[in-house]
Amino acid sequence: MKKHDFFERTALEGDAKIRRRTFFSFITFAVASATGIAGWKWLNHQPQQAGALQPLRKTLETNEKILTSTFSEHRLVKTYPKSAAVKNVRVNSLIGTKENVDINAWRLHVQKKDGSTALFSLDDIKKLPKKDLVFDFKCVEGWSQIQYWSGVPLKDFITANGLQNEATMQYIGLQTPDKKYYVGLDMQSALHPQTMLCYEMNGQPLTQLHGYPLRLIVPVKYGIKNLKCIGTMYFSNQKPPDYWAERGYDYYAGL
Amino acid sequence: MKTVLKKHPLAIRWFHWINFPVLAVMIWSGLLIYWAYDPYKINIAGKEYFHFFPKSFYNTLHIPYRLAEGMSFHFAFAWLFIINGLLYVSYTIFSGEWRYLLPGKHSFKEAGQVLLHDLHIRKYHPPQDKYNAAQRIAYTAIIVMGIGSVITGFAIYKPVQLNWLTALCGGYEAARLEHFILTIGYVLFFLIHIAQVIKTGWHNFQAMITGIEIIPNNTYPNTAIQNSPDEKA
Repeated sequence: MKKHDFFERTALEGDAKIRRRTFFSFITFAVASATGIAGWKWLNHQPQQAGALQPLRKTLETNEKILTSTFSEHRLVKTYPKSAAVKNVRVNSLIGTKENVDINAWRLHVQKKDGSTALFSLDDIKKLPKKDLVFDFKCVEGWSQIQYWSGVPLKDFITANGLQNEATMQYIGLQTPDKKYYVGLDMQSALHPQTMLCYEMNGQPLTQLHGYPLRLIVPVKYGIKNLKCIGTMYFSNQKPPDYWAERGYDYYAGL
Repeated sequence: MKTVLKKHPLAIRWFHWINFPVLAVMIWSGLLIYWAYDPYKINIAGKEYFHFFPKSFYNTLHIPYRLAEGMSFHFAFAWLFIINGLLYVSYTIFSGEWRYLLPGKHSFKEAGQVLLHDLHIRKYHPPQDKYNAAQRIAYTAIIVMGIGSVITGFAIYKPVQLNWLTALCGGYEAARLEHFILTIGYVLFFLIHIAQVIKTGWHNFQAMITGIEIIPNNTYPNTAIQNSPDEKA
């Protein structure tokens, strides 16, 4: 390469040609800028779909399709020794956990495909082998915290209770007993080996603030999907309603 | 007849002007996200000097309580940012424009001389091609930063599915901090860039729109910046 070949990118041009070129370049620039501004205004005046501007909601759904098709249940969340877990586990939301739960009356309601509802007491759930999980819990707000949870992998619960047929559907929906908080999960995230129905935190039964008697811990999702105090579980091929997805957040919320 | 220098190819002008508003939207929507958890501050010896960001800053820009909105914009415009960036990098590679952009062996030494010149400490600056040494470093660094933002961005976005990437960034929290620092870097780049463009003047600026720069007296720009005989290039 010659030393100054950049400065050989020259041409001899008449004043009129230069003026014309400059004029059209600036016109193009002005039109492109105006198009950009108009596009921005257009976008911001689009109707809202579940709390997000429609084109952005569509993009989130496209992202979701890409992410579901590339999802692998073999990719696990990083785990830590129990000693790394925090003692003061952050409470970020009380929606759906305000009613006191009478453990003798509480049952996990599982709606089956045939229309029947199976009921499980906490003792029924505790009969399955207990697993521990110490991982970095991630909130959609941006903070994260290493927390220690114990319970039964949802996949084990499904297998042990003959819900395999239900698990062929696309989504799982969960609700608190008062139905004030509800989430929808794609089945592959629900069946991820680290997704658990938890009844202990830091080796102790859950407190009411953390979702007593049973809550979902799904490390492949943001905290918003980790429903506290499960009342009902159901299966569907349509996206179950999701509290935060109705308020502008991404439905998938996957990590 | 005048001699015109074909300075900026059309493609580069498009990539440049598309990137400007897209990056602006990314930074703004990033702020909406950052607000929801804004732990970064400058602490020296236990004393807090600056908190990112003060309440007045947030309120002036209407940042508070818009996390969901910020995420919806961020994860849509990220596509435009990535695609435009990929097209720009591919173009510079295939067109050969990279030759004027990548720093060379002497760029780091020369960049110091350019800096002294720009600060009016040194009268002459080293001979340059399309860009001087400081520009080569800056315009290459901004691309490396862009790649860094995409990598750290994905590390925060999918820390389980892309756990290797998150590990590469030093973990989830580290990736978020890096993503933030890179953003501050863009803002600093922008401020210096604007100052330099204003300083260099209209002829240089309009070339980013028209692509051409008229060469006065039909002499090449770099011959107008002849080094004095006692300075070795």
